[in-house]
Order: sequence, then structure tokens, then C-alpha cells
Amino acid sequence: MGELILVLAVVAAACAVPGVFLVLRRAALVSDAIGHTLILGIVLAYFATRDVDSPWLLVGAALTGLLTVVLVELLQRTRLVKADAAIGLVFPALFALGVVLVSVSHVRSVHLDIDAVLLGQPDLATVPRWRVAGVAVPPVWVMGAVLAANVGLCGLLFKELKLSTFDPGLAASLGFRPGLMHYGLMAVVSVTAVAAFDAVGPVLVVGFFVVPAATAYLLTDRLAVLIGLACGVGAAGAGAGVYAADRLDTNTAGAVAAALGGLFGLAFLFAPQRGQVALLLKRWERRRAFEETMLAVHLYGHEGTPAEADEARCDGLHRHLNWTPARVAAVVERATDRGLVVRAGEVLKLTEAGRERARAVFGESVAA
Amino acid sequence: MIDTLLSLFDVPALRTVAPGAALLGAAAGAVGCFAVLRRQSLQGDVVSHAALPGVAVAFLLGARSPVLLVLGGAVAGWVALVLVGVVGRGSRVPADAALGGTLAVFFGLGLALMQRAQKLPGAGANPLDRYLFGQAANLREPDLWVIGGVGALALFVLALAWKELKLLAFDPDYAASVGLPVRGLDLLLTTLTVAAVVIGLKAVGVVLMTALLVAPAAAARQWTNRLGVMVLLAMGFGAFSGAGGTLLAHHLSAPLKAVPTGPTIVLVASVVVAASLAFGGARGLVWTAWPRPVKQDG
Repeated sequence: MGELILVLAVVAAACAVPGVFLVLRRAALVSDAIGHTLILGIVLAYFATRDVDSPWLLVGAALTGLLTVVLVELLQRTRLVKADAAIGLVFPALFALGVVLVSVSHVRSVHLDIDAVLLGQPDLATVPRWRVAGVAVPPVWVMGAVLAANVGLCGLLFKELKLSTFDPGLAASLGFRPGLMHYGLMAVVSVTAVAAFDAVGPVLVVGFFVVPAATAYLLTDRLAVLIGLACGVGAAGAGAGVYAADRLDTNTAGAVAAALGGLFGLAFLFAPQRGQVALLLKRWERRRAFEETMLAVHLYGHEGTPAEADEARCDGLHRHLNWTPARVAAVVERATDRGLVVRAGEVLKLTEAGRERARAVFGESVAA
Repeated sequence: MIDTLLSLFDVPALRTVAPGAALLGAAAGAVGCFAVLRRQSLQGDVVSHAALPGVAVAFLLGARSPVLLVLGGAVAGWVALVLVGVVGRGSRVPADAALGGTLAVFFGLGLALMQRAQKLPGAGANPLDRYLFGQAANLREPDLWVIGGVGALALFVLALAWKELKLLAFDPDYAASVGLPVRGLDLLLTTLTVAAVVIGLKAVGVVLMTALLVAPAAAARQWTNRLGVMVLLAMGFGAFSGAGGTLLAHHLSAPLKAVPTGPTIVLVASVVVAASLAFGGARGLVWTAWPRPVKQDG
């Protein structure tokens, strides 16, 4: 189990690095398309080499990934179909072609078995398959190399990636070739997807790209931190998923995807700044502050006027503010606690802080 | 000539399978028009993948009839689309990432649950395979009634809310400003998409059902600027792809080489799209490839 966790954690981290840029560039669904069409490249390369262990299968798959991106963009550029439809047209077609070719080719190996193709076989992910000069290479090394390459590229081109992601116009005017960056990123996505393919299959790979990045995106505003966090989330999801799958005796890749979804759910609800709970608390706080300000403004408006005795009476406030008595009581209590008002017999008086709050609403300066 | 054509259908299984696939294509084509026009083509992708855990949960809860399993899938697909909306609106995660992430997470959950389900006694023949790729050959007469019934219902709803849905598709802001219940209509279209996708699961499978929503509609869009014509054309293209793909798969299959029906249907639909892009209407790529002769006025 330890080795499996290691392999899947490395897979998840390797996917998370380009995944961050996919999410930021709103190209997440391209990874979905690439994941599906890899199968066509693998089949075609197999037809050419007749060897399921050939590294050319990797090359073929990566090239199909790029072909998918190019086709989607060409189709978009005709302006006959919209971006989403272009993706929805290209990848099912290439995927269907791949599946039909597999079905008629009599190939029944681990690699080209139709179920394995769809679902991934993480339980085989620790079995060496690639051979370099006749020596079997453990998959964790392959994935480790991909992870190292992704991190290295990202570090090397950090400034360029950052600029072309957040401001493609400026990047182009500075001569950074955003188009080149785009296709480079897509090439990285293709190669990473190919390497992850065995372990997670084409459908779940999009989750490995997108979900850790989206989770981290809720936690930070800094790109470098975002990438590191995404890797961490991916690895944590891999650990939790493998463990759960082992305990429940079920599909490992599926469990990892579900665990990643669970982590995203946690971040969505409980992220310190952008979680739903934090947003709700912020909304409540704003509402309370508004109520206190309303009270202060009401008192300020009648301060020192003959009507003050009536307008500022504690038991009459609910009529003047058009609130329920219970709400008035709660607001008065909070405003007292916060030192905005003090009670003087039957009437409520503003403190200097309360007066300040009311003046701010009218745009009167502190000095005045 | 007619005899030759008829002899193509002269296989007992095809008498139910081909009409079933055609009905499915027609229903998906009609609903798909709205998805494509509203730039939500990939909703179907999410629904079809997300249906898997629903099917599995229904199975684990003891459901065995196809109708109940598909109903479970529909509920899960619907929940997934609602979640996509919640995440997309409630956080800064972009909509496309919300789509892709939800799809993968639900599908992963579905795989894990399915593997559990298959270990139950009485799981019988691999239900997982059947819903992943679909087995059109397994369509029986009751399935035909389900597809036809749900499809007809979807068309009926489309016809009833035609004016409102048209406005929503082309100018949602205006629709909201004249007081149409935009969120409700949105949910209605979502529900129709879910319905069209889940009735196709058994025949075409989760992975390729999305193509049956997008391809006929995108092809039809090339030939006309009128919504009514587009929907009718999409239904025709969908039906043609469904029936044509079934027949093609059947006649290409040899005893040892079973050509899967779902992918073949998708390939036929893709050819229809390619032809429409090339020759459709005045904007066809073949026509615009050459500079048009300048028209003389008067």
C-alpha cells in the first residue's frame, strides 16, 4: 500500500502543477478532452509498432493530446461553433475512433483492454512496464521524472507563465509569445496525462489536474504558494483515497478522485477567507455593523434637538427605526458593548465613537 | 433497391435496437440545441459521468430494474449539475473547472461504489460495463418505451415552454428583465438535459452520450438561423446517426470482432458534423474557402 500511495501521490502532484495553470487560464476542460483522446494515440502507435511495451506509445499518445488541442482551436477559429461545442465535438469523435479501433484489433493486453483504458489500473501502477535499454523502470521513477520536469519547467518559466496567464495582452506586447506558452503548457499536460494514464485512466485524470488546483485556489492569492498547495492537496488526496480504497476494498483511482472531491468540499466550506462559512460570517458581521450604524445615525440626527427625548427613548426606538423590539434590544446591547452608545436613564446617548461612526456616513470629516 | 434497404434491417435484434437508437438521437438532438446555443454543451458530459454513482447507489440500495437504476443516475446527474452551479457562483473557481472537477469526482465515486456493488451477491453480469459504454444490442422493447416515452415528454415540454426557452437561449438578460423566471427555466432545461442523457446510458454509455447532445445540434446550426428548423434538423441528424451507427456497427462486426455500437453512432454523428461544417448554409467552409465573386448591384 505504501508504494501505491507513493505512486499516486507523485501522479497527483505531477498533474497539479500544470493543473494550476489550466484552472487559472480557464482551460480545465481541455485536460478532459486530452485525457480521452490519448487512447487513439496509443492505439495508432500500437498499430505502427505492434508492441504494447514500446515507448513510442507514449509519444503517440502525447502527440494525439496536442492534435486534440489544435483541432479544438481550429474548429473554434472557423467561428462556426463555440468553444464549448468545439471541445464537445472533437474529443468524443477521437475517443470513439480509438475505442472502435481497439475493439476490432484483437488487442487484449493490460494496456489496451477497454476497461483498463477507461478506468485506469492503479493496482498495476506499481508494476514496471516501460523498458529503457532492456531494463525495467519502476513507474514511480517515470512519474517522479515527470513531476521533476514539470516543477523544473515551471520554475524556469515562472515569470513568463505568470504574466501570460494573468495578462496575455501585456505578455504579447513584451514579446513573451503567449501562443507558444499556451502550446507548451498543452504539451506538458499531454505528456503528464500520458504518464498518469496507466494509474488513473482518461476520465479521472481531469480530476487530478483540476481539483487540487481549484482547492488551492480557494486558499491563497500567491501563485507560488498556489502551486505548492495544489501539490500538497493532490498528495493528501492520494493518501486518503488509497487508504480508503484499501479499507473498503474498492477501486483505488475512483477513491482518490472522491477523496480529492472531499478535500475540495472542505476548502469550499471552511477556507479561511473564501470558504462559505467565512463568507457567511463576514455577511453577518456586515449586517450587524450596518444595524449599529443605522442606530448611530438615528441618534445623531436628533442629538441636541427638542425631539431627542422622544426619538432616543429606549422603549420607542423600534417605532422610529421600524425594527422589532427584540431586534432593537439586540442592536442596542451590541452597540453598548462596542462603546458606541451609553444609556442615560430612559434615553440612549451617543459616545464620541458613536458620533464618529454617524459622521462618517454623512462624509463629515473627523476634524469638523 | 427498397428490398436491399429493408434487408439491412432484417435482423431481429436490429428491429428494436435501430429504432431505439434513432429515438434516442432525436430526443438528444432536440434538447442538445438549447445546450449548444447556451454554450453549455459540456453539461451533458457532466451529467452522463455523474450518473454513475447514482446507478451504483440505487443498485446498492437494492434496485435491480433498469428504470430504477436509471432514475438513480438521473438524481445523481441532477445533483452534480446543481453542485457545478453552486461552486461556480459561490466561489472564484471558474465554471469550466467546476464542470471538470465535478465530473471526475462523481465518476471516481461511481467507480468506487460500482466495484463495491459488483461484489454483492446477485450482481450478475457486469453492470459496470453496460453503463460505461452502453450495449445497444441489449435494448429490449421495454427500453424502447422508456426512451420513446421520456423523449416524447421532453419534446412536449420544449413545445410548451418554446417561447420562453427561445428567449432564454438568445437573450437571457432580456428574459430576466421582462420577468421570466430565468432560474426556473434554467433548471427546466437542466432537467431535460438530464432526462435525455440518462435514457441513453444503456444504449450509448456515459462517455459518449455527450456527443449525441452536441453533434446533431452543432450540425443543424450550420444549415439554418431559425430555432424551429434547427431543432427539427437536429432531431433528424440525431435519428440518422443513431440508426445509421447501429446498422453500420452491426454490418462491420464479424464473429470475433464485435464493433461497439455507441462509438460507431458517435462516429456517424461526427461525419454528419464534418459534412455540415464543410457544406452547410452560406457559411460552409468549402464555400468560404474561395473568394466570392463580387455581386453587382442593381
